[in-house]
Amino acid sequence: MIDFVKRLFGQSGSSATAKERLRLVLLSDHLSLAPELIDQMKHDLVEVISRYVQVDKSKIEVGVERQDASVALMANIPIVSVHRPSGGTPTDTASPPIASPPAPSTASASVAAAPNVSSPGLDRAAGTQAQRRKRRRKGAAPGAPAPAVTPAHAT
Amino acid sequence: MQPLEHIDDVAEPAAVKLGRAIVVTSGKGGVGKTTTTANLGTALAQRGARVAVIDADVGLRNLDIVMGLESRVRHHVLDVLEEKVSLDEALVPDKNSATLFLLAAAQEREKDDVDTEKMRALVARLREQFDYVLIDSPAGIERGFQNAVVGAQEAIVVCTPEVSAVRDVDRVVGLLGNQFHPQLIINRLRPQLVRKGKMLSVEDVNAILRLPLLGVIADEPEIVVTTNRGTPLALDGTNKTGAAYQAIAARIAGEDVPAPTVEIRESFADRLSAFFGGRRS
Ligand SMILES: Nc1ncnc2c1ncn2[C@@H]1O[C@H](COP(=O)(O)OP(=O)(O)OP(=O)(O)O)[C@@H](O)[C@H]1O
Ligand SMILES: [Mg+2]
Repeated sequence: MIDFVKRLFGQSGSSATAKERLRLVLLSDHLSLAPELIDQMKHDLVEVISRYVQVDKSKIEVGVERQDASVALMANIPIVSVHRPSGGTPTDTASPPIASPPAPSTASASVAAAPNVSSPGLDRAAGTQAQRRKRRRKGAAPGAPAPAVTPAHAT
Repeated sequence: MQPLEHIDDVAEPAAVKLGRAIVVTSGKGGVGKTTTTANLGTALAQRGARVAVIDADVGLRNLDIVMGLESRVRHHVLDVLEEKVSLDEALVPDKNSATLFLLAAAQEREKDDVDTEKMRALVARLREQFDYVLIDSPAGIERGFQNAVVGAQEAIVVCTPEVSAVRDVDRVVGLLGNQFHPQLIINRLRPQLVRKGKMLSVEDVNAILRLPLLGVIADEPEIVVTTNRGTPLALDGTNKTGAAYQAIAARIAGEDVPAPTVEIRESFADRLSAFFGGRRS
């Protein structure tokens, strides 16, 4: 549908590709994880959450953002149904495909966790989508891991 | 011209208000650090501020060329750091702005020849004489970058709307940490391409970097012309990009200038596409 609309209006949408590549490469940079490992992590994350609620796998977004002196992992996982997937057990690792999802609920799980990576200076931090939006409105400068350079002391 | 003179007349040097040292950096090469430094230095000086611009790109000097001062350069940063000449002797007065001075980089030297602590002290000395000290950083995040940053309290990061440039800026901002209050200039934006969905937009870039946006500079043919001549475009307020540099200078000086924009008239197709695109995960 989107592709159809884009074609209709003669848009190549290479900026969308650029955005997606940028998102992935920064996720990989920040976590010091190879992209394949990030895919694996995303897969495992979905698997665990699917044991409790039914999620829309096609709409999962995982990203990372800098916060003051830390890096936070943000996952946006839309929940299709709050019921446990039928036939699924907490130990059932193969999450069932979504046959015919009910009217998609607007609820979405927002998981925020700090990566446990070995880079020094990464504090544990958590943030919610709401916090993120608030920060965005304020236009606050993002924080960063321990600086490698110290400034001359400010006036 | 002796920029030190007025300081020497002051009986109580302790009362001197220090200027602001701002490093212009990016990580990635060729995104417009030198062009930005020359133009902002000019625009700030045109507002009457005393400005020193330092070329910290030792070994690949070109700030003097962009400012059209290459024939006036007699000494460079390393001559001062190694105490071969005085700071006054090495400061080159600008052609167009009476309160603007250049400290050129050494062309035949290596970045490793710069003593980081001496560089810090030099910038501190310049802050006593100037309202602004703009430091043009070399590309990269190695020694040359460290030397460019060491004396600064603030940073301006220059980014083009490209994946590689944004990634590098993200890295640089991480290295700078919170102390430098990095502010963003997006350079070489092409509104038509953004409109067609073929170039990252200001919003796309800053959704990732989330830095205070100091300004947006278009990809501007006149930059090439003025660089050929060695007369920064910021001198020409009738040119849109020249005016954009002046607006950035005003913002740096603390004036409440309207939010930076480049004219992008959204078409119906864009909005429709953004609408559908925005719905996608
Ligand atoms: N807004 C612009 N519009 C058009 N051309 C530009 C613009 N900004 C910079 N350029 C051109 O891009 C080239 C690189 O610019 P510049 O030398 O300022 O980059 P730099 O970041 O200092 O590079 P380096 O990393 O090598 O020091 C130059 O030819 C310059 O004229
Ligand atoms: Mg340069």
